[in-house]
Amino acid sequence: MFKILKKKVLNPTVTLMEVNAPIVAKKAEPGQFIILRVDEEGERIPLTIADFDREKGSIKIIFQIVGSTTEKLNHLNEEECIHDLVGPLGKASKLNNIKKAAVVGGGVGCAIAYPIAKRLHENGANVHSIVGFRNKNLVILEDEFKKISDKFVMMSDDGSIGEKGLVTDALEKLIKSDENYDEVIAIGPLVMMKFVSKITSKYNIKTTVSMNPIMIDGTGMCGGCRLTVGGKTKFACVDGPDFDGHLVDFDEAISRSSVYSDFERHSYEKTCNLFKGAN
Amino acid sequence: MPNMSLKKNKMPLQDPNVRNKNFNEVALGYTEEEAVDEANRCLNCKNKPCVSKCPVSIDIPSFISKIRERKFEEAYQIINKTSSLPAVCGRVCPQEVQCESSCVRGIKGESVAIGRLERFVADWHNKNTKIDPQTPKKNGYKIAVVGAGPSGLTCAGDLAKMGYKVTIFEALHIPGGVLVYGIPEFRLPKSIVEKEVEELKKIGVEIKTNVVIGNSITIDELFQQGFHAVFIGSGAGLPRFMNIPGENLKGVFSANEFLTRINLMKAYKKDADTPIGNFKKVAVIGGGNVAMDAARSAKRLGAEDVYIVYRRSEKEMPARLEEIEHAKEEGIMFKTLCNPIKIHGNSDYFVNGITCVEMELGEPDESGRRRPVEKPASEFMLDVDCVIMSIGTMPNPLIKNTTPGLKTQSWGGLVVNEETGLTSKEGVYAGGDAVTGAATVILAMGAGKTAAKAIDEYINNRNN
Repeated sequence: MFKILKKKVLNPTVTLMEVNAPIVAKKAEPGQFIILRVDEEGERIPLTIADFDREKGSIKIIFQIVGSTTEKLNHLNEEECIHDLVGPLGKASKLNNIKKAAVVGGGVGCAIAYPIAKRLHENGANVHSIVGFRNKNLVILEDEFKKISDKFVMMSDDGSIGEKGLVTDALEKLIKSDENYDEVIAIGPLVMMKFVSKITSKYNIKTTVSMNPIMIDGTGMCGGCRLTVGGKTKFACVDGPDFDGHLVDFDEAISRSSVYSDFERHSYEKTCNLFKGAN
Repeated sequence: MPNMSLKKNKMPLQDPNVRNKNFNEVALGYTEEEAVDEANRCLNCKNKPCVSKCPVSIDIPSFISKIRERKFEEAYQIINKTSSLPAVCGRVCPQEVQCESSCVRGIKGESVAIGRLERFVADWHNKNTKIDPQTPKKNGYKIAVVGAGPSGLTCAGDLAKMGYKVTIFEALHIPGGVLVYGIPEFRLPKSIVEKEVEELKKIGVEIKTNVVIGNSITIDELFQQGFHAVFIGSGAGLPRFMNIPGENLKGVFSANEFLTRINLMKAYKKDADTPIGNFKKVAVIGGGNVAMDAARSAKRLGAEDVYIVYRRSEKEMPARLEEIEHAKEEGIMFKTLCNPIKIHGNSDYFVNGITCVEMELGEPDESGRRRPVEKPASEFMLDVDCVIMSIGTMPNPLIKNTTPGLKTQSWGGLVVNEETGLTSKEGVYAGGDAVTGAATVILAMGAGKTAAKAIDEYINNRNN
């Protein structure tokens, strides 16, 4: 059992939890993830490690409430326990040789982009962070990003905060203004990562994306997380989650991510109704 | 008076048309009368050919004699001396190619039903004996076991009985390995695995779930934590795919994923959190036991048409005869000498058919089986909405990649000394599918036993 040490609501649909997990905290590196089960009958879902404290033996996870499991997770409070949590899984992001990077985060993807931007900053790299949200109510980690970024650009779909527009617009503008990035790291919705990769391929800038497909075991056993990268089948859990954005078949990944959408909608409604009844 | 019937007592089974709609166990087990009657078929041969064919050397004629005398608990104790998981082995061992293959009664007629008798004894014990096993005196040495599957559980049990303090590290959230994620409930009820695991805990084995050795803790770190030796029984977890077009369409699974969703995550239950999909026409590619398990599970989930698609003929199928028969009885259709070459999808990327080619058998290949070759212009379409790839697995590279000095074969299996299970690294032993590639539960258990004995010798020699 894994005790929740701290719970913080970041916005109406996104929650941060600090969880006691000493074995994971000891080994975790930016880019890696955990798999958890909320309760005895729960499904296994992957979540990226947003931060870790080796001395305290804790990790932070940030999740958006998108379905039944994240809804149940969000109903747990401080001092309560997550039934199962395993990690760190996947390969750590390769950040050592980057001198100047653009880190692009979309929505809750910023939770994954942040530890990477932070590590780049600690490594002495010049970090430009471009983050995008639908509107100002959904903004997360703004202060954290500002603290570690040499340049910070906020975008929103409706213009209610930062500039109105997409992160891809901001990125292209920066590239055109002769910012020479060694690498662009994009983390967010699949569609966002697809279009970031399209733009950077035009300018021939190395681009890394973090893939978060459906998984069960997270150790390479089930193959449910497979995706096509450069024409070859890869498993996100053991070969990734980071991949070369110019080689990922995003259309296939987008299609695969929706395989259980009918089931998920039904299950989410059921869980919501359950909690409504309880409240 | 020996029973000279040429045939085994039949195993009582659920009716095929009932059982293909539920996940309850198919074989119901002998009654006491049926067991005693079958035990009377054993001639108690002096040279015991059956024992030499058992990977864990169970004293078969002795335990059968005890059944004959209706001393069922004593029979259990004889099996328990050499086998850690009798209720499991009685169900999933391929007895027909092991103990039963050399039974003298099999020369004229059918062999003694050794497997069914083993299962009877283990079930009788589980139902009727409530005495807790004695906790052995600890010798002060700590052993780490990686993986709570058949080889790890066996190795841990044997070492604990010798007095070692054993800790098993399991990557998943419950112990059992392939016994819980792979083999379906209708062939091996999960309560039996739980019971066997509980027995191990009673003799002092500690099981830490949710730890991926290689990621969470490395093998070298286990030694730093004070373990004196390590056994790796991490299995052959990585599924193979065929690399044909359409394999990443929605509705294509590895057998591992399909079975894990059903068995480990209980997707067959109506309110399960983990989904599986509602498929009507399913093709399972492959001819092993896992393929039979996947096909029979698909049928039970409500699929109308379920095909086994296998590139050789039925004679070459690696699955146990019993599993093939059960599958056919339950309405699984066999498309043998047939190989898929392309999977088709609709505009939403869901599977809607496969193109297959007919095959014929040519010259024997290195495995001794006749090599299947494509018949020219024999392509045809099979109308399916789900494809399950059950063409084998490879060892997981997580441990290899994080353990300096651990040698592997070119295909990924760990290199060991066959007599001892010792790897290329001092104090590190291995067994089961991590060494052999996909094989059977009982071979993995045999390897776990061998390694336990070798680890004991290693610790003793270190001290002399």
